[in-house]
Amino acid sequence: MTEIFGVPVQALFGQLLVGLINGSFYAVLSLGLAIIFGLLNIINFAHGALYMMGAFLAWIGLTYFGINYWLALVLAPLVVGIFGMLLERLMLKRLYHLDHLYGLLLTFGLALIIEGLFRYFYGISGQPYTVPEALGGAWNLGFIFLPKYRGWVIASSLVVCLVTWFVIERTKLGAYLRAGTENPKLLQAFGVNVPLLITLTYGYGVALAAFAGVLAAPIFSVNPVMGSNLIIVVFAVVVIGGMGSILGSIVTGLGLGLVEGITRVYYPEASAVVVFVIMAIVLLVRPAGLFGREK
Amino acid sequence: MPDGTAADAMLRVSDLHAYYGESHILHGIDFSIAKGELVTLLGRNGAGRTTTLKSILGLVGKRSGSIVLNGREIIAMPTHKIAHLGIGYCPEERGIFASLTAEENLMLPPEVDAAGAGRGMSIDEIYQMFPNLAERRRSPGMRLSGGEQQMLAMARILRTGAQLLLLDEITEGLAPVIVQTLGKVITNLKGKGYTIILVEQNFRFAAPIADRHYVLENGKIVMVVEAQDLNSKMNKLHDYLGV
Repeated sequence: MTEIFGVPVQALFGQLLVGLINGSFYAVLSLGLAIIFGLLNIINFAHGALYMMGAFLAWIGLTYFGINYWLALVLAPLVVGIFGMLLERLMLKRLYHLDHLYGLLLTFGLALIIEGLFRYFYGISGQPYTVPEALGGAWNLGFIFLPKYRGWVIASSLVVCLVTWFVIERTKLGAYLRAGTENPKLLQAFGVNVPLLITLTYGYGVALAAFAGVLAAPIFSVNPVMGSNLIIVVFAVVVIGGMGSILGSIVTGLGLGLVEGITRVYYPEASAVVVFVIMAIVLLVRPAGLFGREK
Repeated sequence: MPDGTAADAMLRVSDLHAYYGESHILHGIDFSIAKGELVTLLGRNGAGRTTTLKSILGLVGKRSGSIVLNGREIIAMPTHKIAHLGIGYCPEERGIFASLTAEENLMLPPEVDAAGAGRGMSIDEIYQMFPNLAERRRSPGMRLSGGEQQMLAMARILRTGAQLLLLDEITEGLAPVIVQTLGKVITNLKGKGYTIILVEQNFRFAAPIADRHYVLENGKIVMVVEAQDLNSKMNKLHDYLGV
């Protein structure tokens, strides 16, 4: 069997694939965080809980109402997005004139409450979610067997990230978002309804989290703490990429997934900490992050 | 007529008080401007000129009194609705968005939807008025020179159909030749029927084009000078402005 630096090619590709899948989740989640931080100046600690909520809504829909995967992929982000917009209007809105820290504390509290509620009703053990029929099985790519569902996760995440990037960088709505990120008061003085823009942005950001949650349901077990496990790494990704940078969060998310995968092959002991080691180095060398601008 | 007590006032500000947090900045401002007029707000730094413009748009912490635009009370309205009634704002720091291209900046402000709004200038007309901007349309906002940024900040509010322009220190820090160009632009706009409130430090720029001057000190209007009385009141004016 062929080997690269003493590791069978098959094993290397296998881990790269796992890395790419994790990276897809990092990318979608950190993208949402970046958009929200850019416009709202709030570090959304509830992001992991809303990701979990997306996965749970898919599971609840399938188990109790017979709502299939494809429908859940649309409905769960929609419900979580509306829930997010309510949170923004009722609570976050009151904090914009205060320091970042208050938004962080509020969303952290919300995360604990949401997780606590799901834990109370569904317990801590994971719920299984079957892979949709159309995506069962695997493709033989010659050098590796690619389970169809995993291919779908990578492809759909990439599409969602690229569409989001396109809308932000190339459309009028995106121009409002970028302008609002720079100077919301002036944008409002031009007649743009900035409070509405903020609500919609938060809704979209958390809908992205819920979308990632539905994608994750058939891969990881659906349980109330799935979000808090993941979100710590995602925050590290955001710090590395640079707070508020759109393209940065996508590229960094995918890149760090791959780095984790490679580490798992060559030095498995470090795979859980490699992201944090990189974060520490980036903070020392470029405190604003790889793609961030110093303010 | 031009003192604005007549019913044809486009904008009437009465007993306007404004606050930033605990500090009380404006202490009862009264002035008005008729359609097609150009008035200036003069005064030293910190006199309250910029705050007056910001208060009209609701960009201060708290305000009280009365601001009537085309017969509508706007003191309690949110900022974005006020803008839609036909006000174009050119802030002191120019406010060009760095992450947007020149053309994106130009196209950013939505067209105003007030019944009395005029037709905004077309892109062609705007590029005719500011030929430099046409060449720089693809450049990011942060790469424009100070003069180009000022032109863009002006051009941006002419597209929307707004008929009342609030211009804050538009000549500040610019080369004399650009100041001259801006003078022509302002005269041109006045000819087209725009109503303009100009906050200016550069009295020589403002004097020949204005219908009336309001002098502010410590958040109050301390002197009103009509254009025709300018020469006779020049000494007193100089005392206030310290020039």
